[in-house]
Amino acid sequence: MASTTTRLRGLVWVVPALALLGIFVYYPIVENIRLSFYSWNAFSPNPVFVGLQNYTDAAADPIFWRSLRNNIAYAVVSLICQVGFSLCLAAVLEEFVHQKLRGVLRVIYFIPAVISITVSGILFSFIYNPQFGLLNRLLGAMGLERFQHAWLGEQKTAIWSIIGMSQWQSIGYTAVLFVVAIQRIPRELYEAAKVDGAGAVRSFFSVTIPMVREMTTLLIILTVSGAFLVFNEVMVMTAGGPSDSSQVLGTWLYRNAFLADNMGYASAIATVIFVLTFAFAILQILVSRRRRVEI
Amino acid sequence: MTAVTSTSASTPIAANRATRGPGWIRRAIAQLFVGLILVLLVLAVIYPLLWMVFSSFKNNSELFANPWSLPGELRWGNFERAWNAGVVRFFVNSTLVTAASIVTTTLISAWAAYGLVRVNVPFSGPITGLLLGGLMVAPTVALIPLFGLLQRLHVYDSLWALLILYTAFRIPFTTFLIRAYLIDMPREMDEAAYVDGATRTQIFWRLVLPVCRPILVSAALLQALFAWNEFAFALVFISNTENKTLPVGLMDMQSRLLTEWPVQFAGLTMAALPMIILFLIGQRQFLRGLTEGMGK
Repeated sequence: MASTTTRLRGLVWVVPALALLGIFVYYPIVENIRLSFYSWNAFSPNPVFVGLQNYTDAAADPIFWRSLRNNIAYAVVSLICQVGFSLCLAAVLEEFVHQKLRGVLRVIYFIPAVISITVSGILFSFIYNPQFGLLNRLLGAMGLERFQHAWLGEQKTAIWSIIGMSQWQSIGYTAVLFVVAIQRIPRELYEAAKVDGAGAVRSFFSVTIPMVREMTTLLIILTVSGAFLVFNEVMVMTAGGPSDSSQVLGTWLYRNAFLADNMGYASAIATVIFVLTFAFAILQILVSRRRRVEI
Repeated sequence: MTAVTSTSASTPIAANRATRGPGWIRRAIAQLFVGLILVLLVLAVIYPLLWMVFSSFKNNSELFANPWSLPGELRWGNFERAWNAGVVRFFVNSTLVTAASIVTTTLISAWAAYGLVRVNVPFSGPITGLLLGGLMVAPTVALIPLFGLLQRLHVYDSLWALLILYTAFRIPFTTFLIRAYLIDMPREMDEAAYVDGATRTQIFWRLVLPVCRPILVSAALLQALFAWNEFAFALVFISNTENKTLPVGLMDMQSRLLTEWPVQFAGLTMAALPMIILFLIGQRQFLRGLTEGMGK
C-alpha cells in the first residue's frame, strides 16, 4: 500500500499539462463568460456589471444575426461538399480506381489541406480578382460573361466565394478520412452484395453508407462545429466586408473586441460561439460512447 | 412449398442479370464518366497551385495579358524581393515557434499520457477527463481574456505568447493520440524494467519515448501543420511586424506590396512549400496521426 505522499508524487506526471491547460484554456473560458455580463473596454479600469445587457444587444443587432446566418450557410454547404460529396469521392476512389493510381490521387486531393488558410485565402482572392483572376477569365472564355462578378467586392457574392474556397481546401481531407473508413469494411460484405446481384451503386447504398455511419456522424459534427468557428478565411479574404455582408460570428467578435473596443459585447458573442460548439462537442462524445457500447 | 418460394425468389435476380446483357458497355461508360470527374477534380486542386507558382515568375503585364500562360522567363527576382520584403523574418519566426512548440507539446503530452496510462496517478479518471476535455474548447472563444492575461504575464507581442498557446491548446489532442498508442502497448515491457530497479523517469526517457517513436512522429507532424498555419492567435497577440509569423505576415505584406502581384505570389509560394514538402515526405505518418486522432 503506497503512502499518501508517494501517491501524490504521481501528480508530477500531469501537473505540467494540467497547469498549462488550466491557465491558458480553462481559465479564459470561464473568465470570458464572466466578462460577458460586464460593460467594459480596454481602457476602462472598472468594468460595470450590466447583467444580460450584452446578450439583449446581440439579439437586437442585425449584423449578429447576419453573421449567424452566414455561419449556417457555411455549415450547409460544407455538409453537402465535405460529407456528401467527399463520401462519394472516397467510394469512387476505392471502387473504380486502380490501386497504384488511387494512392497518387489521394495525395493530390489532400494537398490543399496542408496549405495555410492565409495562403489559400490570398491565392483565392487573386483567383476571384476581377482584373486578372482566373474565375472571371474562365467564365469569359466559356461565353458566360453575365456571370462575372467582383466576387469578394460585392455584397451578394462575398460570403459564397469564401465558402467556395473553403470547400476547395477541405474536400480532400474528409475524403481521405472516408477512404480509411471504407478500407475497414470487411471485403466479404461487398462480395456478398455482388453475389446478390448488386451493382456498384447498389452496394454503395446498401454496404458502404451503413458501414461508414460512424465516420459520417463524426464528420457531420466536426464540419458543423467547424462552420461556427470560421474565422481565418473570412479575415484574410474580406475581413467581413463589404459593408459587413460576409461577417461570421468569429470576425464580428474580433471586430467588436479589437477594433471597436466593445469588449463586453464581444465576450457575449464569444460565449454564444462557446455554447454552440460545446453542444456539438457533447453530441460527439455521446455518439462515440454509444459506439463503444455497441461494440 | 419451400422449393417453390426459393425458385421464385431467385428469378428476379436471374432476370436482372439477363437484362444486363451489354453490361460491359454500361460499365465502360460509367468508368469514363468517373474518370472524367476525377481528372477534373485533380485539375481543380492542382491548377490554382500551379497558377500560384507560374504567376510568381511573371511580371504584372504578363499576369494581366495572359493569366493562363507559362511565365515568359524565370524571374527569380520576385522571390528575392518577397524574401527581403519581410518573408525571411516571418519564415524565421514561424520556424522557431513551430520547432519549439513541437518539442514542448510532444514532451509534455507524452509525459502526461505515460503517467495516466502506467503510473498510479491519483484522481487519474477526472484528470484524464480534464485533459481531453480541452479538445472541446475553441481558441476563438478564449481570445478576449487571453489578451489581458498575456499582457499581465508580459509575453504579449512576443513569440513566447505563441509558443505557450500553441502548446497549451494542442496538449489535449496530442495527449489523446499518445495515450491511445500507449494503451495498446504490452504492459510487461516497462514493468520488467521497473522490477529491475529503473525509476519511472528513467523508463520514460530510455524506454517509452523510443518505443513511441512512430506516434511521436505523427504527433510532431500534425503539430507542425498546426503551428505553421495558425492564424487567430498570431493575429491578435502579435502587433510588431518583427515578431509576426508567416500567416499574419503574408497579410501584412499584401497591404504593403499592393499591386506588386507577382511578388505576392512568390511570397505565397514560399510560405506553402515547406508544408507541402513535409506532407509528401511524411504522408503515412500524417494520415496515421489523423485517423488515430479521429478515434479508432
